[in-house]
Amino acid sequence: MAEQLVIPVEALDDLIGGLRDHGYRVLGPTLRDGAIVYDELSASSELPIGWTDRQDGGSYRLERRDDEARFGFAVGPHSWKRFLFPPRVRLWRARRDGDAPVVDEELRDDRPLAFIGVRACELHAIAIQDRVFLGGAYTDRDYALRREDVFLVAVNCFEPGGTCFCTSMGTGPKVESGSDLTITELFEGEHRFLVEAGTERGAELLGALAGRPGEASDVEEAERSLESAAGRMGRTMEAFDLRDLLERNLEHPRWDDVAARCLTCGNCTLVCPTCFCSAVEDETDLSGGEAERWRVWDTCFSVDYSHIHGGSIRPSGRSRYRQWMTHKLGTWHDQFGSSGCVGCGRCITWCPVGIDITEEVAAIRATDGADATVS
Amino acid sequence: MATATITDRPGHGPMLPAPFRVARREQDTADTWTLTLEAFDGPGPSIAPGQFMMVYAFGVGEVPISVSGPPGRPGPVVLTVRAVGAVTAAICKAEPGATLGLRGPFGNAWPVAAAGGGDVVVIAGGIGLAPLRPVVLHVLGHRDRFGSASVLYGARTPRDLLYTGLFADWRRTIDVEVTVDTAGPEWPGRVGVVTKLLPDAAFTPARTTAFVCGPEIMMRFAARALLERGVAPERILVSMERHMDCGIGLCGHCQLGPTLICRDGPVYPYSTLAPLLEVREL
Amino acid sequence: MPLFEGLGDEARVLIAGCGRNVHFAAGDRVFREGGEADVFYVVRHGSVAIEAFLPARGPVTIETIEAGDVVGWSWLFPPYRWHFDARALSAVRATVFDAVCLREKCDGDPALGYALMGRFAQVLIDRLQWTRLRLLDVYGNGDHH
Repeated sequence: MAEQLVIPVEALDDLIGGLRDHGYRVLGPTLRDGAIVYDELSASSELPIGWTDRQDGGSYRLERRDDEARFGFAVGPHSWKRFLFPPRVRLWRARRDGDAPVVDEELRDDRPLAFIGVRACELHAIAIQDRVFLGGAYTDRDYALRREDVFLVAVNCFEPGGTCFCTSMGTGPKVESGSDLTITELFEGEHRFLVEAGTERGAELLGALAGRPGEASDVEEAERSLESAAGRMGRTMEAFDLRDLLERNLEHPRWDDVAARCLTCGNCTLVCPTCFCSAVEDETDLSGGEAERWRVWDTCFSVDYSHIHGGSIRPSGRSRYRQWMTHKLGTWHDQFGSSGCVGCGRCITWCPVGIDITEEVAAIRATDGADATVS
Repeated sequence: MATATITDRPGHGPMLPAPFRVARREQDTADTWTLTLEAFDGPGPSIAPGQFMMVYAFGVGEVPISVSGPPGRPGPVVLTVRAVGAVTAAICKAEPGATLGLRGPFGNAWPVAAAGGGDVVVIAGGIGLAPLRPVVLHVLGHRDRFGSASVLYGARTPRDLLYTGLFADWRRTIDVEVTVDTAGPEWPGRVGVVTKLLPDAAFTPARTTAFVCGPEIMMRFAARALLERGVAPERILVSMERHMDCGIGLCGHCQLGPTLICRDGPVYPYSTLAPLLEVREL
Repeated sequence: MPLFEGLGDEARVLIAGCGRNVHFAAGDRVFREGGEADVFYVVRHGSVAIEAFLPARGPVTIETIEAGDVVGWSWLFPPYRWHFDARALSAVRATVFDAVCLREKCDGDPALGYALMGRFAQVLIDRLQWTRLRLLDVYGNGDHH
């Protein structure tokens, strides 16, 4: 079994085919509606070959590259959470049978999933959601079923986006662990992939591919590529002491400032690869004989999110933005033992008004201790 | 990285309501009913005092309800429910024989055992007496383990008082003081805020554990009054309420700063809670 | 009496000179809205209801006053008339103080007047804060929010 192999770019089809032969539903990046999204792939030709993305606060557009790179872009509006934690899932169905309702739990009806093109930051995001959904006293059964046998083909980043800051969060650009296979796209001389196995089943699949053993020059080029990527992050965030910084600045005037710009649309929570909040919806048929419960993505930016009898706990945009950011960067540590941010930059890119989490942190850090409640 | 494993029995996940039949339904006040629910199979869950159930009314929805029945042994589930919305109204209308779905029990418990050997003060406001009733029942059932025991209870009017039929029994071994916000001349008891009952309650602050439940502002004032009397903030226990959709720490709604109320609460020592309650809209 | 704790012996003797003990049976009226406020009471045993009379609704209890606490402060300021009714809820033992006598003593001894006014201010603040809390109607069903 091979641990490391150099394969021609065309051999990616053999990898996809191999996964499909093993029963996997293969998902990966593809072009749709002017963006690079994640969808089912049947061949490598469906990848965004020769495309890249230009990203900044509130802006995203695709551009042609001057090469035929398969993974020459950063991340788009989708994250893998839409497959592990789908936006809308039926949890169960109940029907009245005499006077006793019979409740049937819904089970996933999917082939096992294989993700191709998972970035280092996204592997960290999956690990974070694993801790949320599987690490506590209760596990999310739907997530557990979907997650159980996911095959992860990771990709080392060589083209970080304008809103990326994974180096600040310690989550990239290099894939360190957590993948079955890791691909590094190399261009010097011939266009090729250096593929490394991280698991037994990864090595097994790799062994079936035609290629040559990786040489020192391949590894050196991969390292140079990653080093270069690490130096081209569009954003930075000083992550030191973030939890305590935010805890002691809950009344900072910057929350008013950001609230004046925030539309509380919740886009950031939809595109965030770690945001996990959900609501349940109950439905019945017209006769009232059958009922269903659905789990749907929710956002802490909605007023209803914190509704209790009598009203909402967080009626203001200020408190809702503060909830999101202090949770993501601060109280997530208390709740789940790590930060909830992987520095992927999606929340910056997809914010309609370009609110930049790195800028908000910097502003609070610059005037640490300022208190809007003290005049 | 955590590995995905399924620890629950197939078909019996924590999000799946189990059917319970309404065995008894008693009206407490104009808008509040106490239901006794029996499991379709088995004796029912064992519930620690202070824990809550997620209660599902068929096709209408689900809400968290604190358990108000006797704690600590398998048996029917007793819930006191105030009809304030569509779901609670549907639950309150469930007649004997009707079926409701229950998940749980969830959340942590009032630390009643740790209060043993000392004095106990229970301060309740409105429907807040319901989650505290298991504490009272525990003290009544283990009366020799506690020093003085007082229940201080405030409600809006005499008509809004819960469990008045039980007070005579409680009063045999514990002190029960009641006050209301307003009353007509037929009310022989006290009128005023519940914290006004504290000065007359007999307890030794240094060895007292206080259990407080009611509207958040009432709990804040009660906690302050207890601190003034010299009760340690770690021994003032408060039960919190927030929106909950799952009850098992996964949906995110019940966050209060660093904690998830369904997972880390609903019972907190005031020493933990005080800094969080000071931040508005947290 | 907690109200006079911390006052000097001389002041306490002076105040005691204005007081005498009284009894009320359950249901007895202590004073009535509009009546001349020339006294105040310190309840020693039992409880007293402060009431308002509402047309078409009758008497409503605003607050009950228990042992150790003060009933009446309309004697402090003109026009020296009771604003509410007071009624004994149970057998009540109280000390009634002659307010006219006390006002004169306070006028003649501003230090005593200041000390006494401070104590009454504390009583007023407590009552006001309790009243404010009830004004929030925290046990209401939230419909009015």
